[in-house]
Amino acid sequence: MKLPRWFHRFGSPPYVYALAGTLGPWIGGIAVVLIAAGTFGGLVLAPPDYLQGDSFRIIYIHVPSAYISMMAYVILAVAAAIGFIWRLKLAHAVAVSIAPIGASFTFLALATGAIWGKPTWGTFWQWTDPRMMFELLLLFLYLGYMALRAAFEDRDKADRVSAILGVVGVVNVPIIHYSVIWWNSLHQGPTISRLDGPTITMDMLVPLLIMIVGFTFCFAWLLLSRLQGEIVEREHAARWLRELVAESRG
Amino acid sequence: MDIFLTIMGRDLKLAYRRWSEFANPLLFFVIVASLFPLALSPGQALLQSIGTGVLWVAALLSSLLALEGLFRGDFEDGSMEQILLSPAPFGTVVIAKIAAHWIVSGIPLIVLVPVVALSFQLPGEALATLAAALLLATPTLSVLSAIGAALTVSLKSGGSIIGLLILPLCSPMLIFGTRATDMAANGEPVAAPLYLLAALAVFAISLGPLAVAAALRVGLE
Amino acid sequence: MSDENAGLITADLGVSRGGRLLINGLSFALQAGQAALITGPNGSGKTSLLRVLAGLAPPAAGSVKWAATEVRRLAPEARAGIAYRGHLNGLKKDLTVRENLEFHRSLNGSEAPIDELLGTLGLGEVAGQRLRYLSAGQRRRAGLATLHLGEARLWLLDEPLTNLDIAGRRLVAQWIDEHLDAGGMAAIASHQPDQLAGGGTLSIEL
Repeated sequence: MKLPRWFHRFGSPPYVYALAGTLGPWIGGIAVVLIAAGTFGGLVLAPPDYLQGDSFRIIYIHVPSAYISMMAYVILAVAAAIGFIWRLKLAHAVAVSIAPIGASFTFLALATGAIWGKPTWGTFWQWTDPRMMFELLLLFLYLGYMALRAAFEDRDKADRVSAILGVVGVVNVPIIHYSVIWWNSLHQGPTISRLDGPTITMDMLVPLLIMIVGFTFCFAWLLLSRLQGEIVEREHAARWLRELVAESRG
Repeated sequence: MDIFLTIMGRDLKLAYRRWSEFANPLLFFVIVASLFPLALSPGQALLQSIGTGVLWVAALLSSLLALEGLFRGDFEDGSMEQILLSPAPFGTVVIAKIAAHWIVSGIPLIVLVPVVALSFQLPGEALATLAAALLLATPTLSVLSAIGAALTVSLKSGGSIIGLLILPLCSPMLIFGTRATDMAANGEPVAAPLYLLAALAVFAISLGPLAVAAALRVGLE
Repeated sequence: MSDENAGLITADLGVSRGGRLLINGLSFALQAGQAALITGPNGSGKTSLLRVLAGLAPPAAGSVKWAATEVRRLAPEARAGIAYRGHLNGLKKDLTVRENLEFHRSLNGSEAPIDELLGTLGLGEVAGQRLRYLSAGQRRRAGLATLHLGEARLWLLDEPLTNLDIAGRRLVAQWIDEHLDAGGMAAIASHQPDQLAGGGTLSIEL
């Protein structure tokens, strides 16, 4: 299988480095505006929940984080697979850059879930909640990926081996997800359906959607800046980078 | 098929000559399982209710001990590069090695776990289900172990990291296995979790060796 | 297999180890009856080069072709044309010498007689012993003996004389000569090039 020609430009580190530098501030700006708007909508405009009062408002962070945590893992695996199959070093760089960001969002989803749990369940951690359990396992997958990378000294090998783990992981994510849900369905424990049900109204939902888009832009922004760092690290000996440094020094 | 039997025969012969490598994890399992009653307040009801989970987790942990040698020996003495470069189809070799590993580490668990389960007062009807669940779960476990072992084969000490890589992937297996056993103990129908375990096994056996072969190739580079 | 006569051809080959480029722009061709002696100081990339030639590691640049096919894309049957013996002997310590050779024989789908081979090697008496009780030189002999348990036309040997006594060295040098006379090819990395194949050799200095 051959890659289309335009794709090959994304194999060129100077091009991607410059592109990330140009796009980064714009994407970051959009993220800031959207998150500010979503926060205002969520904290001020949205009415309190008739059951949970104001504590439900944490969904404006919790839900987007959980969403990013899963999306990031899928992108990581796709980038890793592209890097593995077509030996594209930049695709590996993308996968590497995503891992800590994805892990952070996963942690954020867990932390906000726990904070939300205190007023709702009366405890920070409820082992029987399938979504929290899934996020926890997802965090382990991220940490495993990063630990495996860190164990290799040879970057090329680390790229290729961790790519295999990423693909194995992403194949398992839906299996883990559904098995955890199945596991919980047998318990009939004190779970609360969060997003579904008639309790969510338009003025609650719109800020949430804005936050999700805003978080996505924020993720892209973080990714681009990490990717720039990763490119500098990998290309530290390359001529284009030396020239760029010399240029910026004047 | 010839090469499958050749590889499997060789690995079984080697396992027989170095039997302690495979006996130790079983002993570990028995010891861990017997430490739990000591760690908990003595009470038959409590043991009975957590017995299934204890046994499955102990079995899972003990299997971690056996898996490092799965490819490491062949990697360190140069056999793996000879096998990879030989005309033998590498995928078949990988499946044969996993099968041999299952025979020496999976089958003993299928026999041993129900015996230890007796001491946790698991009801009789649950024992057959436990054995069936193990029969369906251990092949998946062997495939996942092989993935972990293959990913870390070129590291000097992969041992500490393998668990981190494969234990999260084992969670579906653990869920279905323990549920099947518990449901049998409560007299509920157990077909659903057993089917799910079988599905996991089919899935793991059909796709897992690809990942293992790819990881071994990279490891040898 | 007629296309094996195309031999081994490298074009503009680059070899790296751990991300560092060791060899650049290496082009050579090996044909029937020819040997390439690869010499160079420690760390110059002899082993890495042989591993790339064998198809174990990918080249950093350029190509390696065997029988007119990229060596990393050879069909399994075509791989039988190449034998690589590195620093490691590729034998199991807990199998006997005979079992080890039998395993290599079935791995390569060969029918070669083993008893005769054990006799030539001077390993007849220890054939039933596990490898772990043999000396390093004896293991090396057994490891190189597996070259005769297949139909490889191209031998890639990494320091084949290591650990061998004088008789062993002579034996291996003789094997290589016979192999080349029979139309075989060899690429050999060695610190003792003068003890190996004489005429018709290519010399690659790294």
